[in-house]
Amino acid sequence: MTPTTTARSLPGSGDERRHLIVAIVNNKPGVLNRVASLMRARNFNIESLAVSVTERSDTSRMTLTIVGDEVHVEQAAKQLYKLIDVLKVQDVTDDSIVEHEFALIKVRATKRSRPEIVSVAEMHRAKVVDLGDEAVIVEAVGDPTEIDTLVELFREFGIKELVRTGSVVMSRGSGSIEEQVKR
Amino acid sequence: MTQAGHVPGAGSAAASASERARRDMLRDARVTARGGARPRIGADALCEAILLQGSDTIWGYPGGVILPLYDVLVDHPELRHILVRHEQAASHAADGYARASGKVGVCLGTSGPGATNLVTGIGTAMLDSVPVVFITGNVPNALIGKDAFQEIDITGITLPMTKHNYLVRTADEIPYAIAEAFHLARSGRPGPVHVDITKDALMGETAATHPSAAEIEAGLPGYKPKLDGHPRQIKLLAEAIAGAQRPVILAGHGVLIAGAERELLELARAAQIPITWTLLGIGVIDETDPLAYGYMGMHGWKHVNRAIQSADLLIGIGMRFDDRVTGNVRTYAPKAKIAHIDIDPAEIGKNVVADLPIVGDAKHVLDALLPLVTKVDPATRADYFAELATWRTESEGSSWHGSGGFRDGVLSADFVVDRIAAGSNFDANLTADVGQNQMWVARYGGFRRANSHLSSGGLGTMGFALPAAMGAAIATPDKVSWAIAGDGGFQMTLQELATIVQERIPVKIALMDNKKLGMIRQWQEIVYAGNYHSEQLAGPDYLKLCEAYGLPAWKVSKPEEVDAAVTAALAADGPALIWFEIAERQNVYPMMPAGKGLSDLIDKWGDDGEDVTEGATGPRVDPMDPTSGGAK
Repeated sequence: MTPTTTARSLPGSGDERRHLIVAIVNNKPGVLNRVASLMRARNFNIESLAVSVTERSDTSRMTLTIVGDEVHVEQAAKQLYKLIDVLKVQDVTDDSIVEHEFALIKVRATKRSRPEIVSVAEMHRAKVVDLGDEAVIVEAVGDPTEIDTLVELFREFGIKELVRTGSVVMSRGSGSIEEQVKR
Repeated sequence: MTQAGHVPGAGSAAASASERARRDMLRDARVTARGGARPRIGADALCEAILLQGSDTIWGYPGGVILPLYDVLVDHPELRHILVRHEQAASHAADGYARASGKVGVCLGTSGPGATNLVTGIGTAMLDSVPVVFITGNVPNALIGKDAFQEIDITGITLPMTKHNYLVRTADEIPYAIAEAFHLARSGRPGPVHVDITKDALMGETAATHPSAAEIEAGLPGYKPKLDGHPRQIKLLAEAIAGAQRPVILAGHGVLIAGAERELLELARAAQIPITWTLLGIGVIDETDPLAYGYMGMHGWKHVNRAIQSADLLIGIGMRFDDRVTGNVRTYAPKAKIAHIDIDPAEIGKNVVADLPIVGDAKHVLDALLPLVTKVDPATRADYFAELATWRTESEGSSWHGSGGFRDGVLSADFVVDRIAAGSNFDANLTADVGQNQMWVARYGGFRRANSHLSSGGLGTMGFALPAAMGAAIATPDKVSWAIAGDGGFQMTLQELATIVQERIPVKIALMDNKKLGMIRQWQEIVYAGNYHSEQLAGPDYLKLCEAYGLPAWKVSKPEEVDAAVTAALAADGPALIWFEIAERQNVYPMMPAGKGLSDLIDKWGDDGEDVTEGATGPRVDPMDPTSGGAK
């Protein structure tokens, strides 16, 4: 190797953290596949992905959580933007936002443990939506760490089934990403 | 050679006349067989849409579900369909047509294997940002997803390698889909667009009209290519240029796509900056211009890479700092600030950190930059240019440059490329294949004209040269089109000899036969300690092969025979081939082993002779390990 006085730095700080990306996309068949395929092909790891229709029936909203440094995530956002069906992309990680996730947890129960499960749920503002002899279904809404905590607590009783939607987010105040989509 | 009565895409005037007669006869026969008028169907709308977009040539191959289109082609005589021998060749021909002309290429295949055979060509066009619309037929709507005969999920396959793709199920959708596909293919950063059309859609009756360009743009709210660079960034670039002592321009394909060659030259002249180019940037400037410094990168000129390594400002325009350009990024141009102009925001900051990013079209940005550039008196750069000139003399005169033409009477490849280019007055389209021949063409083609160099740079597709040259020959009938291929790449698509003979496409083929996979052999010699494997390549007697196909051919194995053969091939009416038996062990130098930097070029190995014995000794260089020894 030829010694060089200063090595050129590579793109990105290497400082990895979780980023929240919101994308407004055309509500058409195959768009989810395009987004997922792009993420796979470009080696971006999606931690969670939530999709639903927006206020307008012709657009959908995707919330992606991606782990990476700032350049990595910016690259993901830029590549997303190149998809023709992607109308708007925003990294909202550092914005003032409300972030919520929804979970259903089926907890193993006995006659004896049932009251305790119910009280754990109540203490964490979760709701019991099904009460059986051998299992209790708890519904929880909150930021992902709150749900993590609840899941940990229920592990003691045994979790038979767990489903989480992944985060959905919305910016606080009157700003609207959907209104920013140019038409 | 364009003249009145010329049939689009027919080539020469003589070909045009017989092509017209052939088409008239075919049309009369078809109309009679069909018994007169018929309703307008999806396939008609498809032909109309292609013609409305200004394309007159389709490269294709028929098959079951695409037959409804072939049934109506005769009713659209302005559209020339060229029947290839393999769909992959159609994909490269449409690509070559687009590269040489700047127009959108059109390629057609049937469902299933017809469509999968296009995949290599789609990837080639994608990596090199070439505007091609790929059209495939698919099985009837009711059979989609049923694993029907010749059914494959082709839109699923092409999704990650197209700019966009469509599955069209009704005839009414066809005009809009085709118009949008053309718009996407050629605007912004160009690229391939794939339209998959079911048999129902091709056969269905339709009255759908063709949308206007404004309607198409209005229908694409998520697609707004940014053409103009940010004024503040452009101003900063002008200041950076004014402050630079050793600036270097790195010009890429984006300059050619934008048609910004003149603006590039104006910038270079105003601020006295040498222009270097990437593989796909070849042709951005006449190579004989005093400001044209040369081809950069892994097999680029040593003086060019030296200039880049010593620069204090790099101005990348329409290029993407790919690994073949930078080598090890850590050691790339250690003293330089990097300004990066590209129309694709995702390219900026992807491979290198840009100190001065500008998102925009090369022509738009340069137009805005030029009035802000401080004129530099050439005298103030005298020392810089004198040093560059010294480096250039050293580099061009060193042992690996084959300017002597041959050693011991053996034919060297670079000499052949030089004679072909000179024999065609440095005005021909030179289409390269992939491997050593590609680098020889890039280094010794002596290009003077934009879009006259065609090469599969990004994907590196062997077999590209002959079919892409067919496309170039049809796209620019007033230019000579050479396919310069190694014996490896040529044997991948040589079935197209039948196409150029049948369709009278005047491609001149230079077969660079070293009876080897030369670049494989070179790597095995240098990087894998002479552990040769699968690099010996037998081929047929190419004179007999050409005779069988009905193609004039010459065999050349001595340097003194080269010029006469080139003249004879050029004089031949229509396609011709020259079989050059070149040195079997000539390497391409310099060479930057993978993982190394631009300062780590190898320019000699072993005794560096054509007859270097196999198993040449030397320290082993692991291509994946930058710390392994031997390169320097």
